[in-house]
Amino acid sequence: MNKNFEQEAPLVDIQHLKQYFNININAFQRRPLKAVDDVSFSIRRGETLGLVGESGCGKTTVGRTILHLYKPTAGEVIFDGRPIKTNADIKYLRKKATMVFQDPYSSLNPRMTVSDIIGEPLDIHKTYQNRAERQERILELMNRVGLNSEHAARYAHEFSGGQRQRIGIARALALNPEFVVCDEPVSALDVSIQAQVINMFLELQQELGLTYLFIAHDILVVRHISNRIAVMYLGKMVELADSKEIYERPLHPYTRSLMSAVPQPDPKIARSSKRIVLSGDIPSPLNAPSGCPFRTRCAYAKECCAESVPEFQEVEPGHFVACHRIKEL
Amino acid sequence: MKQQPLLQVTDLHTSFFTPAGEVKAVNGVSFNLDRGKVLGIVGESGSGKSVTAYSIMQILAPTGKIVSGSIQLDGQELVNAGEAVMKTVRGNKISIIFQDPMTSLNPTYTIGHQLVEAIMLHTDRDKQQAQERALEMLRLVNVNEPEKRLKQYPYEFSGGMRQRVMIAMALACEPDILIADEPTTALDVTIQAQILELMKSLQEELGMAIIMITHDLGVVAQMCDEVIVMYAGSICEQGTANEIFYNPRHEYTKGLMRSIPTADTAGSKLQPITGTPIDLLCMPKGCPFAPRCNNAMKICLEHPCERMLLNPDHMSACWMNVKEAVVNGEIELEEKKKGGRKKNEQKL
Repeated sequence: MNKNFEQEAPLVDIQHLKQYFNININAFQRRPLKAVDDVSFSIRRGETLGLVGESGCGKTTVGRTILHLYKPTAGEVIFDGRPIKTNADIKYLRKKATMVFQDPYSSLNPRMTVSDIIGEPLDIHKTYQNRAERQERILELMNRVGLNSEHAARYAHEFSGGQRQRIGIARALALNPEFVVCDEPVSALDVSIQAQVINMFLELQQELGLTYLFIAHDILVVRHISNRIAVMYLGKMVELADSKEIYERPLHPYTRSLMSAVPQPDPKIARSSKRIVLSGDIPSPLNAPSGCPFRTRCAYAKECCAESVPEFQEVEPGHFVACHRIKEL
Repeated sequence: MKQQPLLQVTDLHTSFFTPAGEVKAVNGVSFNLDRGKVLGIVGESGSGKSVTAYSIMQILAPTGKIVSGSIQLDGQELVNAGEAVMKTVRGNKISIIFQDPMTSLNPTYTIGHQLVEAIMLHTDRDKQQAQERALEMLRLVNVNEPEKRLKQYPYEFSGGMRQRVMIAMALACEPDILIADEPTTALDVTIQAQILELMKSLQEELGMAIIMITHDLGVVAQMCDEVIVMYAGSICEQGTANEIFYNPRHEYTKGLMRSIPTADTAGSKLQPITGTPIDLLCMPKGCPFAPRCNNAMKICLEHPCERMLLNPDHMSACWMNVKEAVVNGEIELEEKKKGGRKKNEQKL
């Protein structure tokens, strides 16, 4: 499925990306919270890369740092062959790469009408000659995401969750982006509405040739929409592979337990399948364990896991894992 | 037949009286719960699943009121029984855990204080005994170092740990029924697996019945013996988990099953339910799901469908099943609906 992607240069290339936030421990001390710690991956043109992980693992921060909503602490984002460094680069990036946010209730300004929300990116980047052109583009976008053009003058609170998410998607599409970061775009929606929005993402990708970074914690949804899936744990990437491969044959111990913990909507499978239940909680990223971040909950951890951080290496073609003991497992 | 069910809910109607009008949040819900069983209630937001649970506990918001119907716990009628009776029921016989473990604990008291308070309120243990019981409960729900944990405040606990404390509190008085209102929705998958495993093992150990309210069909498949599917305040389908998952007989349930991504659907399009959820303030005349149903017939828009028994393990309120129900000799509708039914049969 991914064969045809491989010859081309990646659209988005992330190299050794780090994002540390300085957190006040007390009135005098500050310590860096390593939200994203040395993450490298690339996304091919027209591909959907799913990014999964538990809350606090840094998946949202990766998405935001790629778009330079946060200034990266270290590392490089290369978009379409152009390293993003200066403000001019950032402005170029933001035109080509946009974002759909998780919460359709708080990501839309309640004081703006739908047409102003969708039109704002057009205003900022001055992509129109006159008012009529702007209005035409707004209506075209509303049409595209299945919103009734009569609703252009309404405010966000008049819409249901699913419709608000469509407004957010229309806003993200306003500048004809090539790359869209979707940050948990369906997790606030009901199952029946969720399926409508997922279908729309797939349709838009086909029609407009979009590339997605699809961040979510619902593994069934991510597997449905993604070509490849990356798994994060405590700011580090632990596994990256083709979505079918990673779901059926996860290699990293964390991915294994994550995949087995997914509740299957099928009573026979759900009752018969063996679940690898992890003990304990995710450690705080402020006191991340030394070496492999997962070692405190890992059933296979040995001394070597505490000593050094495992390298993120390709163990099979296209299948990357960061684990010291991968050969023995 | 069977022994008397532990909890018997019959034709429950609960409404909220708002300035905009009466919102019929629960509209004629009936079900039985046997001892030691796990009943799942699934539905989308606004389908009335939580209000059903709150009606059983009678902890509705001030604008909400049980309009009619009966709730019998072990033969004792709870509707209109009065606050004094309900105080002996809540916590002792029926306990509830809520969705958000972050907000259901009081941030200004220690975990120990809150556990001891709950235990002393519901039993005649003194403080010393209550503290011992609190320790025992924390051990039961696998909290490490319970002695130390008792002296800590909720902010020192993670989400999964707080939910464990909530479960400990709910089970402290050994209730017959535990109502779990979206107990794992706010938790991560690996933590969710821990909590579900814990609930299942405690349920087997203590022999209590659980009402599991959730929107996640995966959780239902894993946990529940019986399933109720709710839409717009009424039950559209009810049956054993196997029947509901492998043989759904209501168009809404079928739509829900098609909406979930599975291994077979990867990369292809899902078949979502069209339209948006119903506005409870203006309910349609007929079947509440008819406006979104692809197979809606004339009768669906005119008359709501009563629940029909398809086999001993399965009930569905969908006109599509009317033929089978007639064959089963189950259907005995009122005179006025007969015309509609005949028309419907011809169509089938």
